[in-house]
Amino acid sequence: MDHLDKLEAQSVYILREAYREFKSLCMLWSIGKDSTVMLWLARKAFFGHVPIPLVHIDTHFKIPEMIEYRDRFALEWNLNMIYGQNTEALAGKLTFPDGNTDRITCCKYLKSEALKNTLSGEWPRYRMDHEQRTYVVDEGRDPYTGVIVGVRADEEGSRSKERYFSPRDKDNVWDVGDQPPEFWNQFKTDFAPGTHVRIHPLLDWTEQNIWEYIEREKIPVVSLYFNLGAGIRYRSLGCYPCTNPVTSDAQTVLEIIEELKSGKFSDIAERSGRAQDSEDGGLETLRRDGYM
Amino acid sequence: MSSGRAQMNIVIVGHVDHGKSTVIGRLLADTGSLPQGKLEAVRESCRRNAKPFEYAFLLDALKDEQAQGITIDMARCFFKTAARDYIIIDAPGHIEFLKNMITGASRAESALLVIDADEGIKENSKRHGQMVAMLGVKQVTVLANKMDLVDFSEDVFEKLKVDYTAFLARINVTPVSFIPVSAREGDNIASLSERMPWYKGFTVLEQLDQFISEKELQEKPFRFPVQDIYKFTRSNDDRRIIAGTVAAGSVKVGDEVLFLPSGKTSVIQSVESFNTPPKERATSGEPSGFTLTTQIYIRPGELMVKPAEPQPEVGTRFRVNIFWVGRAPMIRNKEYKLKLGSARATVKLAEICNTLDASDLTYSKSKQQIDCRDVGECILETSRPIAFDTTAASETTGRFVIVDNFEIAGGGAVVENLSAGETLLQKHIRDREHNWEAGLVRAEQRAVANHHRAKFIVFTGAPGTGKRVVAKALEQGLFHNGMNVYYLGVATIDRGLDADLGLRADSAGERLRRIGELARILTDAGLIFITTIDDADDYDIETLKQLNEPNDILVVNMGENGFSRYQPDLQVLNGEAVAEAVSLVAGLLKIKDIISDYQI
Repeated sequence: MDHLDKLEAQSVYILREAYREFKSLCMLWSIGKDSTVMLWLARKAFFGHVPIPLVHIDTHFKIPEMIEYRDRFALEWNLNMIYGQNTEALAGKLTFPDGNTDRITCCKYLKSEALKNTLSGEWPRYRMDHEQRTYVVDEGRDPYTGVIVGVRADEEGSRSKERYFSPRDKDNVWDVGDQPPEFWNQFKTDFAPGTHVRIHPLLDWTEQNIWEYIEREKIPVVSLYFNLGAGIRYRSLGCYPCTNPVTSDAQTVLEIIEELKSGKFSDIAERSGRAQDSEDGGLETLRRDGYM
Repeated sequence: MSSGRAQMNIVIVGHVDHGKSTVIGRLLADTGSLPQGKLEAVRESCRRNAKPFEYAFLLDALKDEQAQGITIDMARCFFKTAARDYIIIDAPGHIEFLKNMITGASRAESALLVIDADEGIKENSKRHGQMVAMLGVKQVTVLANKMDLVDFSEDVFEKLKVDYTAFLARINVTPVSFIPVSAREGDNIASLSERMPWYKGFTVLEQLDQFISEKELQEKPFRFPVQDIYKFTRSNDDRRIIAGTVAAGSVKVGDEVLFLPSGKTSVIQSVESFNTPPKERATSGEPSGFTLTTQIYIRPGELMVKPAEPQPEVGTRFRVNIFWVGRAPMIRNKEYKLKLGSARATVKLAEICNTLDASDLTYSKSKQQIDCRDVGECILETSRPIAFDTTAASETTGRFVIVDNFEIAGGGAVVENLSAGETLLQKHIRDREHNWEAGLVRAEQRAVANHHRAKFIVFTGAPGTGKRVVAKALEQGLFHNGMNVYYLGVATIDRGLDADLGLRADSAGERLRRIGELARILTDAGLIFITTIDDADDYDIETLKQLNEPNDILVVNMGENGFSRYQPDLQVLNGEAVAEAVSLVAGLLKIKDIISDYQI
């Protein structure tokens, strides 16, 4: 088994363990390359099926191609696709693009709050109806007790401290200093009522591994990752007001891998195009409060 | 497309200030794995602040940089040799971080244990040696560091080697090698030191490249812990797939397989996978799925093996090595959850053989509990048999963790199967019967007065087979025939007698015991006592039978049968009419001479 085989094996094992142990389980799909690889790994784990609902937090400011891509594969791969949204903040224009908040507060409203309330079932969930080929309000309002998230340890400092199975208390708080031990592929699969567990099947993957796997498995990803002629591409995807493309000639997956290995991005952080990270506190502050 | 190069996780452990960080700094510097200009920058900063340069500062500098979010990984650093890439897992030396140290070290394939040659063997030299061994890191090389402080003396090195080898022998560890080094000066790290001409072994880098990466598990007997059984019928897929990861050995289409502890057998029909070329075979490390030629009822948690190969052990009572990191101590007679491979079982601490005190490293035979950070040997007992290997035979299927209060609180490895001895349950029943305080009315007198004998009737089978409807109808029918009969609903106990157990995941054994104890009392009172249990297996019934002794039990199974060897007294088909099912049971009670007559 080569290195990618081993990463795949570990992720599949984690996904199957989560599916076995958590009755109310969901997977967050941000439409980005990482969680798309994770979705593919679920198809590996469950032999072509995805028996876990996929949850997308739609901030309404996502780049339009991302939503088109989401709905296309939701139908094609027969996914149980669910999205949640902070309709109140959007209606009241309490957002950064509307000029009424700073970037971090906007993230908090449109992502953290929307996520928290979609997971707990307090706000409505919208589910893809495969017959009508459109979203309907989901009747299921049970809180999810297991949430599968595609974070990688190499992305940024706070994520490298994560466990594969990481408990969160009632208020979504993560106690970084006192985490349960994890060894011999035995994880925290027991949890007290009211708490939930975040599950991280991609923890050991690097950005380069992700692209190598996309190449090996021929996984379709959003075209925004490639230079389509203008000499720019996205390296990390988010909301359009806060995500900038990078200048790059890479038009194929192989060219992206080359760029990461030895080219211009070999020593520049992946999220450098994400503006909210550089504001005060940045991602660590957001993550403590429930951001992924 | 693959990353090509081989990769190995190593962990560096040892007592505080014995030079772990200096060793890491040296390895990074001498393999050219530092970012450009980093070494010069740190040297320059030392010069400006008039402090002597140390390689350990490199690590601190890297961490500072990582903390600012430019590069990345706080918990790991990377270096490469010509042979392969290495990931150094940062395992904190402080005792408060033992849980993190365990998490890190368990992912390592080899370890460097650093001991200060001048200061000698200290508390954490021993504790880390022991933990690394218990976690299953087989390849341990000991670095006798700071040789420059002892004038590169061969005598000092040899003495440390003898002393520490003796300690490791006590815990059954044989180190791969001892290397005398000075990490600060670079002696024997990347090149052999001229100042220790008496040393003829490998340098540290050579030794690392000698470690064996792939655990050679393919040659071992086939072991496949069944993680789950999938049937995605709603997505129009009729395959019934046995899913899991091959722990050791290999299997191919057409091989006969045996499931333990149930003892069921079948033959591999296909190896299933998604987006790969068709597979005929699965080997150790592979996440796999199989279909079988026959439809047998098995559950997640069984161990699939090949009957032609050496068999694992099956038992309920075993001697283990254990370490404990839980907030509360491990105590006797409390129910914990055991996770071994894919198996889950209720477990109790039966006996403590000895414990090693973590602070002064003395063995004690008199402790009544296992405290946080203790390492010990003890006897555990599960409420039902599980399949396992003693670690000498196969480590991946012999290691377990113990869950207390929703968290992993300890781990260990099975040393020996002791299942022939008296179980905790048998001992409990012996004590109970010995102390049973009987009234003056004898069972035969009650039977004469009641016109029937006492009986414990259990309905079982998959959920939703109508057990409760039949059980209640039976109660009513017997009652109308003048019998002393009582039906007990499971929900009644959940919220009453078992209310203290709450939602605890590890309470299944205790719930079962309470039903058995109730049965013992109610049948002693002369009643026909009826209850239902979802999906009972051989061991549930055996437990109830033992707890109800000396009185009798009658088992009625409805629908699909979850038993492997046990034959229920009566099998009612799925969909049988209620009245018909009731008369079948009543008929059997007549045959067994429990009741003399039954009128519908």
